Amino acid sequence: MILARPKTVSSILALVGGMKSLVVAGCQECVTVCQSGGRKEVSCVAQLLEIAGKKRGFPFEIAQVTVFRQCDNEYLVPLDVLMEKADACISLGCGVGVQFIAERYPTVMVIPGVDTVGGGGTVMSGVWEERCAMCGECILAETTGICPVTRCAKGLLNGPCGGSVDGRCEAGTDLPCAWEMIYHRLKKQGRLDSLTRIRPPKNWAHSGSGVMRKVIREEVMPCLSVLPLK
Amino acid sequence: MSIGPAAKVIEARTGSRLEKVLRAGHFAVTAEIGPPKGADGRRIQQLAALVKDYSDAQNLTDNQTAVVRLCSLAAAVHVLNNGGEPVLQMTTRDRNRIALQSDLLGAASLGVRNVLCLSGDHQRFGNHPEAKGVFDIDSVQLTATVRQMREERLFICGEEIKAPPRVFVGAVENPFAGPVELRVLRLGKKVMAGAEFIQTQVVYDVEGFTRWMEAVCAAGWHKKTFILAGVTPPKSAGALRYMSRIPGMKVPEELIRRMEKASDKLREGQRIALEIINHVRAIAGVSGVHIMAINWEEAVPEIVSMAGLYPRP
Repeated sequence: MILARPKTVSSILALVGGMKSLVVAGCQECVTVCQSGGRKEVSCVAQLLEIAGKKRGFPFEIAQVTVFRQCDNEYLVPLDVLMEKADACISLGCGVGVQFIAERYPTVMVIPGVDTVGGGGTVMSGVWEERCAMCGECILAETTGICPVTRCAKGLLNGPCGGSVDGRCEAGTDLPCAWEMIYHRLKKQGRLDSLTRIRPPKNWAHSGSGVMRKVIREEVMPCLSVLPLK
Repeated sequence: MSIGPAAKVIEARTGSRLEKVLRAGHFAVTAEIGPPKGADGRRIQQLAALVKDYSDAQNLTDNQTAVVRLCSLAAAVHVLNNGGEPVLQMTTRDRNRIALQSDLLGAASLGVRNVLCLSGDHQRFGNHPEAKGVFDIDSVQLTATVRQMREERLFICGEEIKAPPRVFVGAVENPFAGPVELRVLRLGKKVMAGAEFIQTQVVYDVEGFTRWMEAVCAAGWHKKTFILAGVTPPKSAGALRYMSRIPGMKVPEELIRRMEKASDKLREGQRIALEIINHVRAIAGVSGVHIMAINWEEAVPEIVSMAGLYPRP
């Protein structure tokens, strides 16, 4: 899932100070799972904003809506009416959701209510960890299902750096050294020779450091000739 | 990129003094010079003049511990101008493949004949912990890149280099960082990528270093690269304690206690360095020492003399 962390309500308030009508929009996908932008969090943020509005003596009019998925235009339809009179929309969706809403309602200010962190999963209740840096060129088969791009603090592709001690990463003592984990797993699989192979420089053009990525797959596109003409 | 020119034993061909000394079979001495946190090059010039006759080459660190300092390339030129033999340290933390290759060409054009390839301490430890780490390539890839540029006359992208950089290529290894087997595999990988010399992390844990060297020799890597053991004279017990907290450093507790008890700390620090030099010198497969007298470069001449390693070849 896409991991996100709630922003503070005070940072949101700083942006909506003089406004009256707000829409707080949640998403039922990833941000619901990581408990930062689902129905429950929407209600929480809305209530805090309401209290803050009353305190300033000029209450907000707040609409709450949580859609099935903010990153799909068709699911944003429930927002249409609400956005007509909104001064701003606070989206608790990930950065993708925020942008899809902003694209659909270009005259309304859209404010992210969460910081989007990355691709990860639940480790235990209340703890989520990043696992995928979305580099666009997956090498997990060669690294025993442990991603060095994400889990090595330096993203090294050819083994550990010299800073790891007792299996801990030099950049944070609470983090395991990804390459030591890979080493142990390769050993268990009888594939240690894989560590001797020199991996060439990575093509970062596939990653977020290149131009904006776009996935185009013609085989799943609608057949244009049978679509009704507008 | 055609990577990994399997470590061939190649005749000296870079014009590097360090390479000549090592290939001639002498026990080599390199010394580290830490560039200052300012735009004044005089300190580097003084240190270069001080240590150049007591070492075969002088390493210029590249923003070590991720703290901004005068750049290693400029520092290397100060050393060159003062009759020294710089080893340009290059980390992949701060520069991408475009900048690294470009800096290497520039360094070679100015007369730098040695380069040391590292990934670099994580930026989190430095004075700009909010910086974005680059790590476009890693130290193994940088090592292979330098060899490819030198021998195949090709950039990473495959384009031809008209005047290739003639530099002697080194890498680093930390014998104390983790499973010995993994550390030896990693060393082997660096050698296969083209590392002609290896400078190790500071050795205080002589037993640990000995075990690592045994494994290195068993794998035969000592015949395909020159291994220089890292030595740092401790200035005080506090300095030792500080170093014991640096990631990847191992400092035996008894050494710290010994420094605590010593009445003349500096003398004791030099004595410890000397003992370690004598110890590693006797270990099969060790081709030299790399003295990192951190903020105490003045100690180098005496330590080298006491070790009987002066004059240099």
